[in-house]
Amino acid sequence: MNGDQDPIIKQVTQGDYKYGFVTELDNDALPKGLNEDIVRRISAKKEEPEWLLEIRLKAFRYWLTMKKPEWAHLKIPPIDYQDIIYYSAPKNNKPTGSFEDVDPELLKTFDKLGIPLDEQKHLSGFAVDAVMDSISVKTTFKESLGELGIIFSSFSDAVREHPDLIKKYMGSVVPYRDNFYAALNSAVFSDGSFVYIPKGVRCPMELSTYFRINAANTGQFERTLIVAEEGAYVSYLEGCTAPMRDENQLHAAIVEIVAHTDAEVKYSTVQNWYPGDKNGLGGIFNFVTKRGICLGDRSKISWTQVETGSAVTWKYPSCILRGESSVGEFYSVAVTNNHQQADTGTKMIHIGKNTRSTIVSKGISAGKGQNSYRGLVRVVKNADNARNYSQCDSLLLGDQCGAHTFPYIEVDNETAVVEHEATTSKIGEDQIFYCNQRGIDTETAIGLIVNGYAREVLNKLPMEFAVEAQKLLQISLEGSVG
Amino acid sequence: MLSIRNLKAAINGREILKGINLEVKEGEVHAIMGPNGSGKSTLASVLAGRDLFTVTGGEVLFEGKNLLDLSPEVRARAGIFLGFQYPVEIPGVSMTNFMRTAINEQRKYRGLPEMNATEFLKLMRDKKALMEIDSALASRSVNEGFSGGEKKKNEIFQMAMLEPRLAILDETDSGLDIDALKTVATGVNRLRRPDNAMIVITHYQRLLDYIVPDFVHVLSGGRIVKSGDKTLAYELEEKGYDWIKEENEE
Amino acid sequence: MEAVSEKITLDNQLTDWYFTNRDQLMSSSNSVFNSVRPAAMESFRKLGIPDSSFENYKSTNIPKVFLSPLHKYIEQRKILFAVEDLFHCDIPELDTELVLLVNGWFYENRPRLQVLPGGMIIGSMAEAAKEYPDLIKQHYSKYADYEKDGLVALNTAFAQDGTFIYVPKGAGGDRAVQIVNVLLSPEDLFVQHRNLVIVEDNATARVVVCDHSLSARHFLTNSVTEIYLGPNSHLDYVKLQNENDNSNQIATSFVHQERGSDAVFNTITLHGGLIRNNVYTRLNGEGASNQTLGLSLVDETQHIDSYTFVDHAAPNCNSHQNFKYILDDQATAAFTGRILVRQNAQKTIAYQANNNILMTSEARVNTKPQLEIYADDVKCSHGATVGQLDPNAIFYLQSRGISKREARLLLMYAFGHEILNKISVEPLRVRLSDLVDKRLRGELSRCNSCPLHCQETC
Ligand SMILES: Nc1ncnc2c1ncn2[C@@H]1O[C@H](COP(=O)(O)OP(=O)(O)OP(=O)(O)O)[C@@H](O)[C@H]1O
Ligand SMILES: [Mg+2]
Repeated sequence: MNGDQDPIIKQVTQGDYKYGFVTELDNDALPKGLNEDIVRRISAKKEEPEWLLEIRLKAFRYWLTMKKPEWAHLKIPPIDYQDIIYYSAPKNNKPTGSFEDVDPELLKTFDKLGIPLDEQKHLSGFAVDAVMDSISVKTTFKESLGELGIIFSSFSDAVREHPDLIKKYMGSVVPYRDNFYAALNSAVFSDGSFVYIPKGVRCPMELSTYFRINAANTGQFERTLIVAEEGAYVSYLEGCTAPMRDENQLHAAIVEIVAHTDAEVKYSTVQNWYPGDKNGLGGIFNFVTKRGICLGDRSKISWTQVETGSAVTWKYPSCILRGESSVGEFYSVAVTNNHQQADTGTKMIHIGKNTRSTIVSKGISAGKGQNSYRGLVRVVKNADNARNYSQCDSLLLGDQCGAHTFPYIEVDNETAVVEHEATTSKIGEDQIFYCNQRGIDTETAIGLIVNGYAREVLNKLPMEFAVEAQKLLQISLEGSVG
Repeated sequence: MLSIRNLKAAINGREILKGINLEVKEGEVHAIMGPNGSGKSTLASVLAGRDLFTVTGGEVLFEGKNLLDLSPEVRARAGIFLGFQYPVEIPGVSMTNFMRTAINEQRKYRGLPEMNATEFLKLMRDKKALMEIDSALASRSVNEGFSGGEKKKNEIFQMAMLEPRLAILDETDSGLDIDALKTVATGVNRLRRPDNAMIVITHYQRLLDYIVPDFVHVLSGGRIVKSGDKTLAYELEEKGYDWIKEENEE
Repeated sequence: MEAVSEKITLDNQLTDWYFTNRDQLMSSSNSVFNSVRPAAMESFRKLGIPDSSFENYKSTNIPKVFLSPLHKYIEQRKILFAVEDLFHCDIPELDTELVLLVNGWFYENRPRLQVLPGGMIIGSMAEAAKEYPDLIKQHYSKYADYEKDGLVALNTAFAQDGTFIYVPKGAGGDRAVQIVNVLLSPEDLFVQHRNLVIVEDNATARVVVCDHSLSARHFLTNSVTEIYLGPNSHLDYVKLQNENDNSNQIATSFVHQERGSDAVFNTITLHGGLIRNNVYTRLNGEGASNQTLGLSLVDETQHIDSYTFVDHAAPNCNSHQNFKYILDDQATAAFTGRILVRQNAQKTIAYQANNNILMTSEARVNTKPQLEIYADDVKCSHGATVGQLDPNAIFYLQSRGISKREARLLLMYAFGHEILNKISVEPLRVRLSDLVDKRLRGELSRCNSCPLHCQETC
């Protein structure tokens, strides 16, 4: 980068966070700290059955024996788990599920975030589960989806209404012993979404969950469980924001997906938790375990993520390709700006024959951001004719940031074909000049080029989200343009 | 419209342009020819504002303004268009998005409102037809995977979209097949107006049969060493550049 | 749990071995070695033999190869017959200077140090430490970091002899130095050697290393080689690993490159048991360039693990790593390649590839190519592939009348060719190509009249 471009890069990389406001709400919260009593009280608050409390306690006891993972390329200050509130719920929310009963302050908040909860006003084709801090505020279109046999509800409702399904699938993809943060989540999770698509049903609308952290000193620990029966299809979206606060807040979620024979699940995330300020103060620690299993033959799970927020992201949406000819996909754009750090990627575990996976990862680092791709492709012994193709590109804006690529490839079958390619580069000065020559200023040019670079991934998002994500990319990179 | 006076430019401390003088008036077409490495593309780049080159002397006035003070995008918005000898690929950015951004930036500069989507798409369609550009090409990423000839056609298509005051075409003819050459030349001729001007850099007299120049200049060793009318091009085609070099040495 | 206690026992045994023999080690060696010995041992006590708890050693069970009972000596043992009578390299037109190590010791029947015309010095490391202590002190243990790797620490703690090559300013040329590492013993043996190659400003070194085993015993070699390349110097280094399949080898090399130097470091692996090759390259001066290459053809229960680390510490350098594996039978392989581009290393161009062909359902490979980049004006890329021979290509060749077997051989040969092609010493390239071809055909892959009949004896 030559001298006079630097100020532009600087300007371009100093976007402002638009979702940083706080809603004044009365909260029903448990005291800070984590112990068996807290775990019991969370369970009691949610009026949970005994078996679920048992799972929580087992997870908690196991968590106590674990150490946090150290292998990621992240610098994380020590987290005091006793200094976090594990349950906080907006008080005036009666969980009746009817729109009239939702606290108007909450409605206003979600309106402001661009997520109207009034079904009349809603973006056509979307149903939403809105989660604030520890509880689900409102799930829209629950009834009309119900007519098709689709269950779309908050996790807590599902525990009450469909205990058999929850018992059968919860923890079947991500057991509580899986990792440190998964164990923690399994002990203290508060709410989340549950989706069940019965055999042969194509869900007619996009289902989405919008997560909002609002209360201070509070961690958010939600779980999402998606089950697609034989031949079912669903496209699911997840969005998230949080207020600007000077302290770090913890978000440790679990997402489990089960796809039966011929089922297809598309899971898209636009992650925009508060990233902290320009000096690295505050921001969300985002430690998420997402995993899907392609249980049946010809099933397909596709992860798409646009990660622009969080101070620290630790996240590897994965696919276990058990069914024959099942397909796993991972498309990711991750932006780290200012002092953000991301260590993200995927795991593709090929177990069934003729399984295929595709990985496309686009990292963008700016400011002092550190961006790592970490991905595992494993082909086990009997996974004949497995195919994987991985493409990991990194783009560096400025000379204070870092871009890293750590793929792990383990192949135990000679009929496998695994290809991994990665590149790291900066935006070509000739590309910027070419745009300039057509009258486009450098800042806009960088926006154009970055979006072009991420195109392959953005194209995988549902239309409305793609436009949203494109704007978000620009906002997180371009102060003046957003 | 454009006057270049004793322009000198260097790269990595090596002087490439050693005092260029050129006067271009409205309605004129100037052809620049010259051996490889003589500085033709450098001149074009310097006029467009590529900062790889340092201007070490002289001045350039464009419609009375000091061109060298302006950033590349402002020059473009003021009406200077460069048809690149090697057009740049920009993966993922569609031609449509690219052109719409460019046109609206230029309109903003001129105080015009943004073009709405319908108008813009109609304009695209018209100009594509004019340049006989394959529809599919426009929906692809800027120059990505275009063949050499397609890239050159795409440059002229952009010129047609932007309607510049002064177009500098750097070897737009090289890499074109015979039919494409005719299409491009016809397209360029249609864009000729009494109030705009062109500088056409080429190695082949053939192009000048289609785009008839008012002046032909020979650039050699960083200087314009000979100027004449279109017959000079024929002379060069026949005799090569050596005789000019010799003539100059005398 | 068992593995953990085994490792502790092992580390303790090696530590005891050091302290029992410390006085003798100290008194028989030069102060150059002795001055770092205690610190290296201290570090070994901390690190021990790397087991799978070390991220860089996850894919290879190093403690296992130390656990089989091996004889260890800290003084040179008499060998019963003259190696040079048996050994002469027959590669036509390969004009080399020979350095012969037997079981890690400089072979006693040869001049211990030779000054060649032009000023180049080759010979025994122990001798060189005595003769040129000042020169050696400048470089010895300066590049091999014993604080990070227990095996380097172990080698440094016990270092006594090995190969020494010194090419003074502007010297050197086409003539190659051939280092032959012979393993020859009536009993199973643990061997360590410590090598140093100094190539000063504008000098050129060509080095060919041949690792052979001459007895059908179990051997374990733990060697460390340090290479210093001064400004604008050149190095062409080819290592041929061709020991019996009961011989395990850990070879760690450190290549330190100053401004404008260029190096090709090429490892060809044909036979051996468990092999772990570490190549650490530091591009320390502007404009340095490096190629680190490897070709391994392994079968039966062989295991090959290559670890490369290229540290771009200066601007305008370029590096190119290319490792190719062909795995047959139950062979297993691992590759870890790491490129680090430091913040000031602008205009870096770095490339890394690892391509693998699995021939059977029991062969297995793990590969981890890694990029870690802190400078923005760089072009870095890497790629890794695992696959089989392209069935379309095989069919195409068959349709031209070539048998399937021959077609496969041709394609495998073509696969390895890219690496062999980088060997600049022509006669050596021809010979190694020939060996690779033979190896692929399952024929004896030793040099025709090289008397080191490693394969026959095992
Ligand atoms: N980026 C660059 N770095 C270094 N030298 C350059 C660069 N660009 C141009 N030059 C040098 O400047 C001189 C003039 O180049 P230029 O491209 O202007 O020639 P040209 O007249 O357009 O030639 P051609 O007919 O081959 O297109 C050449 O010697 C060239 O090598
Ligand atoms: Mg040119």
